[in-house]
This record gives sequence, structure tokens and C-alpha cells, in this order.
Amino acid sequence: MNINFTLISQAVAFAIFIWFTVRFVWPPLMRAVEERQQRIADGLAAAERGKQELEQAHKRAVEEMRKARESNADMRTNAEKQAAQIVDEARQESARIIAQARTAAEAEAAAAAQRVKEQLRERLADLAIAGAERILRREIDAKKHAELLANLKQELR
Amino acid sequence: MAAEKTLTPTDYISHHLTNMTAGGGGFWTLHVDTLVTSVVLGILGIGFLWWVVRGATSGVPNKRQAFVELAIDFVDDQVKSIFHGDRSFVAPVALTVVVWVLLMNAMDFLPVDIVSWLFTNVLHLHYWRPVPTADVNTTFALSLSVWLLMIYFSIRIKGVGGFVYELFCSPFGVKPVWIAPVLMVFNLLFNLVEYISKPLSHSLRLFGNMYAGELIFLLLGLWAATGLVGSIFGAILGVGWAIFHILIVALQAYIFMMLTIVYISMAHESH
Repeated sequence: MNINFTLISQAVAFAIFIWFTVRFVWPPLMRAVEERQQRIADGLAAAERGKQELEQAHKRAVEEMRKARESNADMRTNAEKQAAQIVDEARQESARIIAQARTAAEAEAAAAAQRVKEQLRERLADLAIAGAERILRREIDAKKHAELLANLKQELR
Repeated sequence: MAAEKTLTPTDYISHHLTNMTAGGGGFWTLHVDTLVTSVVLGILGIGFLWWVVRGATSGVPNKRQAFVELAIDFVDDQVKSIFHGDRSFVAPVALTVVVWVLLMNAMDFLPVDIVSWLFTNVLHLHYWRPVPTADVNTTFALSLSVWLLMIYFSIRIKGVGGFVYELFCSPFGVKPVWIAPVLMVFNLLFNLVEYISKPLSHSLRLFGNMYAGELIFLLLGLWAATGLVGSIFGAILGVGWAIFHILIVALQAYIFMMLTIVYISMAHESH
């Protein structure tokens, strides 16, 4: 139980062990651990970044789809409008053509009626003159009364 | 155990508690068993760490490295929680202390009589105490080294002036001025008591636990020598004490490390 030289020898051994641990044991392991910590931190940061990027891409995709859907709807309404317009125009055109045809037909019919009327009138005049000639055969000199007959014909027309 | 003589309990115990000595006698005696055991254990423990750490990878560690990292991380965490500053010296010191003291304490697990028989009959060394920390020289060597580190850091951080100032002016201060001389005397006394009690309690706590542990194993061994009933009870109690001793061995190593950290970190704080 006595204090002796052993104490000093143990203290020297202790000092050597401390020196060895401080110099050779502690630093390499701490380096390795810190390096790993750094690597893990980097990995986590990268994962976080990737997650955010994915989220953004997802958002962008949704936005794009929304836009596509909108333009699609626009196009459809435009097309429908255009189709309606075309149909409308066609309808108007056909109505116009029909109306034109009708007017033409009516005009033609009117002209024909007029022509017939005139022929009838002419014939009537001729008949009237022929009747008058027959009645007046004796007294009337055709040459003398030609002017008169022409006048009559003119009036009847 | 010398079989030719009648063996008294005193002989038995004193045989187990006598160091193998060498050297000049008096102060210049050297406890060969203490020194050899502790140095071998230190080389084994620190060497193991070194061997693992040399091939340490920052990638996925193997089980051996994971174990060492766990131990070192544990020590580093303890240091971190007490000491706020550059840990590149203090933490390795704590690691050295805990590894070395734990291994030296663990020598207490070796059955006392088997070790004694091996050394006596195989190596022909009559006296050999296997537990270095049950030798007061070892514990004082450790605690005084820590004490010197404490004073070294105290002076390095605060300067010689600051160190001397603290000796005289803390913890009670020097105000009011008219009783300053009295306060300074009390401060100095207080600090001296603290500086003396620190290494004493630090070393004697470890020594006492280990010495008492060894002694109880010896007493149980004595009981076992009294006959069949004594052997049975001695064996049962021996197992119980050995299991309890696992706790003491680890706990004392831990306490020794914690106190080392506390003392060194206290030296870094100025008042």
C-alpha cells in the first residue's frame, strides 16, 4: 500500500498512452466519422433537392395539362362557331338563290303573260279589223281607209 | 499457496495482496505486476483501437469499426456535454482513461486463486496481483497526471497571473476591501483544500472500490476453504459478487473518466 516508484512509471505509461491516443487513434476516426457525416448530409440535401424538383415538375405538368385542356376547349368552341357560321352562310346563300330563282321565274312568267296578252290584243285587233272589213266591204275602199284601219289597230293595241 | 506450511487466513490474504517487487527498496521499489499488467492492457486496448482506426472508412463501417465508433462516440458525447471548447485533446484523454481503467478494472473478473495458481506453478512467480487499479500507485498516477493537466490548462488559459489571482480571490472574492486580507486567506485555504482533495478523492474512490472488490473475492475464497457448505455458499456468493462487480468495474471506469473531464474542463473556466 506504499507509494513508490510504480507511481512514476504508471504516470509515464499513462502519458505515453495519452500521447498515442491523441496522435494516432483519435484523429483518423474523427476524420472518417466527420467525412461520413458530411456525405450523409450531402445525400440528404440531394434527396431534398430531388424531391423539390419532382414536386415542381409535377406542378409544371399539371399546369401544362390545364393549359392544353383550355386550348382544346377554345379550339372546340371556335370550330363549333365556325361550323355554325358556315351552316348559316350556306343557309343564307341557298335562301338567296331560291329567292333569285323565284324572282326570275316570276319575271319570266310575267313577261310570258304580257306576251300572250299582247298577242291576244293583236289578234283581237286583227279580228276587230277583219270584222269591220266584212261589215264595211262595200263602202270602204281598203286603200282609202288603210290609214283609218291602222289607227284603229293602234288604238286597240 | 505454500502447501508445506499450515496456511492461515492471514497468510492467504497477504499472499494475494503482496505485489511482485523489483528495484532498490523504499521509494525506488517497483511493482512489476502492476506495471506489466497495466502496460500490456494499455497496449491491447489502445492498440486495438489503433488497429481498427487505421483502416477506418468513411463509407459503411464493418462491425468492428462500428463498435469502436460507438465507444468513441460515447466518450465524445460525454466530453461534449461537459467541456465546451476544442475537444481534440480532452476527448482522447478521456478515451484513454476509460479504456485503460476499464481493462485494468476488468482484471478483477479473473478468478483470484486460478490466476495465483497459474503464476505460482506455471510462471514460478510467487507474488502477482492481477488488478493494477487495486494498487494505489496506479490510481494516484492517473489522478495526479490529470491534476497536472488541470493545473497546466488552468495556467495556459488564464496565465500565471490569472491562476494565482484565482487562488487568492475565488470563490469568495475580495470585497469589501477592508476585510480583503482575511478573505484572501480563506480563499487560499479553500482552494488548497480543493486542489488537494481532487486528486485524493479521484484516485482513492477507484482504488477503494477495486481493492474492496478484490478483498471480498478473497474472503469468499477463504469461506470456500472451510468445507463443503462453505464451498457451496462461497461459490454462490462469489457468482453474485462477480455479477455485481461487472457493474462496479464499468461504473468506476465511467466515473473516473467523467471526473477527469470535469476537472480538466473546470480548469478552462475562469471565475
